[in-house]
Amino acid sequence: MNSPQGLSRRDFLRVGVAAGGGLLIGIPLPQLSSSQAGSNEAFRPNAFVRVGTDSIVTVIIGKSEMGTGIYTALPMMVAEEMDADWRNVRVEAAPVGKVYFHPTFGIQMTGGSSSVTSEWDSLRKAGAIARAMLIAAAAGQWAVDPTGCRTEKGEVVHQATNRRLSYGALAERAATLSPPADVPVKDASDFTLIGRPTHRLDTASKANGTALFGIDAQAPGMLTALIARPPVFGAKATRINDTKTKKIAGVKAVVPVQAGVAVVANGFWAAKLGRDALEIYWDEGPNATISTAAIREEYARLAKTPGKVARHDGDAAEAFGRAAKQITAEYEVPYLAHATMEPLNCLVDLREDRCDIWTGTQFQSLDHAAAVNLTGLQPSQVHVHTMMLGGGFGRRGSATSEFVVEAVEVAKAIHAPVKVVWTREDDIRGGWYRPLAYDRIAAGLDENGNPIAWEHTIVSQGVLEGTMFAPDGNDGSSLEGAVEMPYAIPNVTVALHPRKVGVPVLWWRSVGNSHTAFVVESFIDELAHLAGKDPYEFRRTLLKKKPRHLAVLDLAAKKGNWGASLPKGHGRGIALHFSFDTYVAEVAEVSVSEQGKVRIHRVVASVDCGRIVNPDGVAAQMEGGIVFGLSAALKGEITIERGHVQQRNFHDYQVLRINEAPSIEVYMVDNAEHPQGVGEPPVPPIAPAVANAIFAATGKRVRKLPIRMSEAV
Amino acid sequence: MIAFTVNRRQVRVEADSSTPLLWVLRENLGLTGTKYGCGMAQCGACTVHIDGEAVRSCVAPVSRAAGRHVTTIEGLSSDLSHPLQRAWIEIDVPQCGYCQSGQIMSAAVLLREKPNPTDDDIDQALAGNICRCGTYCRIRRAVHRAAELARGAK
Repeated sequence: MNSPQGLSRRDFLRVGVAAGGGLLIGIPLPQLSSSQAGSNEAFRPNAFVRVGTDSIVTVIIGKSEMGTGIYTALPMMVAEEMDADWRNVRVEAAPVGKVYFHPTFGIQMTGGSSSVTSEWDSLRKAGAIARAMLIAAAAGQWAVDPTGCRTEKGEVVHQATNRRLSYGALAERAATLSPPADVPVKDASDFTLIGRPTHRLDTASKANGTALFGIDAQAPGMLTALIARPPVFGAKATRINDTKTKKIAGVKAVVPVQAGVAVVANGFWAAKLGRDALEIYWDEGPNATISTAAIREEYARLAKTPGKVARHDGDAAEAFGRAAKQITAEYEVPYLAHATMEPLNCLVDLREDRCDIWTGTQFQSLDHAAAVNLTGLQPSQVHVHTMMLGGGFGRRGSATSEFVVEAVEVAKAIHAPVKVVWTREDDIRGGWYRPLAYDRIAAGLDENGNPIAWEHTIVSQGVLEGTMFAPDGNDGSSLEGAVEMPYAIPNVTVALHPRKVGVPVLWWRSVGNSHTAFVVESFIDELAHLAGKDPYEFRRTLLKKKPRHLAVLDLAAKKGNWGASLPKGHGRGIALHFSFDTYVAEVAEVSVSEQGKVRIHRVVASVDCGRIVNPDGVAAQMEGGIVFGLSAALKGEITIERGHVQQRNFHDYQVLRINEAPSIEVYMVDNAEHPQGVGEPPVPPIAPAVANAIFAATGKRVRKLPIRMSEAV
Repeated sequence: MIAFTVNRRQVRVEADSSTPLLWVLRENLGLTGTKYGCGMAQCGACTVHIDGEAVRSCVAPVSRAAGRHVTTIEGLSSDLSHPLQRAWIEIDVPQCGYCQSGQIMSAAVLLREKPNPTDDDIDQALAGNICRCGTYCRIRRAVHRAAELARGAK
């Protein structure tokens, strides 16, 4: 939809004239070796910047906007180097192209809080080259020395004569020039946009309903399909009676697909009624015995046995032998659904020689490859149009591209454009959850209350197995955040029992950190209590050699009034976690009613994500991540009985609402380190901060999420 | 055939009277600013106004709109001039943005009834609107700001 159209392979050049006139700039990146099946680097023109004759600077972004502000932060990098007028900057979703592939992961994807980090150099360079060529064009037109020209707000200025030309007026001339071999990027001291609170480019469209999400995509003659999905993971439909379905007005077809049985109709409601009327006999298969209660029991038993060691410092067993005090605790977290506000969907228009796919996805190139594979078309004939994502949180990054695959399957069967839409029930019951985990953790203190031994055993399912993120089959996702336990303890063992369960699991905002931070940061609090020390001071002593950890911890404690008195029944808790190369500390103030109702009043958070691109964007991610983490801390839980997921919609899979949301204050450590992402790092510390605050308020320790005071010990 | 007014425009739609208004708005009338989130009045993403009252269009049959005035996010203003839209932009409330049409439509009713709402008023009025990105703090700020703007503040 928004992709550059009609350009040929020839246009995969460093510079050319854009289709609509003007300057088009692309930076070929080093070719990546890991080629996904069916991908082709040059079936679309690859470019990051387009300058129109109307002075509109269009930044073409290969990343997906799922709410994190990428469609603002990334254009800021280009605009900064170009000295573009921010009011004239626009964003366009890139097509699939190797030039947009993630430099580490080798696919076109958005995730791992990595976009700001991975695009920092390439997008600034793209902007700097554009600027140099616009200057060269102006200097040529004026017949002056380019060194006597400067740029500001979308214009080139000849300093001696104060003559000015807009970028729009220069675009066509600039496009005829050869690109410079190398152009330096700005020194940070010259930044005028990066580092300043900058309004999002997409807010207006999200305040008047014009932002287009995947579910809003349309094609002429489009039909809508809902899929009757298996009641148990992996169940197969053995017999389908669609007599009643086919009598429903608007129903066009019933199509069995791998994912279940699709009901295709002229709209959502007819498809829904048609699906409700289907009679399907399912062979529930081996997963019909799954129950989360049994999984939990098995994990609890395994947690008492030695796992596969992932970190081994010193000799924990020996140190336990001489510890003055010891403590052992067991922690657990449930399966969680992502519950993006926009349920999954995908529109496919499949023709004989072309396939167009409109969806909100985090993994464009995998989806593209899957569609190429299924349709038998050439890679250049398959077009993925990235729409706005109504939330991602990892759910729209599918290693199997299942929500695209099923839509292509339906499209193949019915010869009309078709949009498959998931209902909320499909979403909540559809699997691909944050894994359930059970942890056993023990520590020993010496006679001075210093921890000398730490032994942490995790039992969980990994989310990376079989994906490009674990090419060697080594899935450390359940360990992340636990292996990096930052406190200075001489004898540490961290071990894992990796489990295979028939419940599909997936990366969920902050991945393994969402569970390990709860365990590590709650247990450090338990140790502080056992040592008779203040939990903030206790952490400080153990972080003497970790200045960036310490800085965020101190900042959160100071701004969160650590140590100041609170009303009776209230408590303050602190937690710290490093994930995705970003440091976050959070102080939560909570109260617990006599009936055991937990209320979060205030959260004060600090973050060190290196150089800050858009401070207001960082603040927004911190606020949002904390709320997201609070939903998991206080409410989220998927349970399964006899293979059937017990939750189905927002009434029984609850998330935080505005009347439960605390006030949130965010403080940032600004420094000159390489910029890092903030989409995920705010999530991990909030559950332990709240649990620790509950302990401070009540003396009761929370070791299980979601928090239920009846289960606190 | 069901006739009603949407955003001051007379419409007649060919739809079964029990079809939820949401799908008529989105599919028959092309007004996709109103969103599907849950289908059971749990999340508020589908909030529109019928004769000025906030309604969850995912559970309201289109027959309920017959002969009435429906306002969707597209009809709140033609130019982003509604105080809530101005405040939303000033404070950069949305993240993914999917729930925001519903948030704004619920807030619009609140502001009409309580031009100077407290935090508690806002929490009560918007408790039916889920935001998974967690923009709640900004929603509170923006509703207060919209109240100021509506009073003519700069």
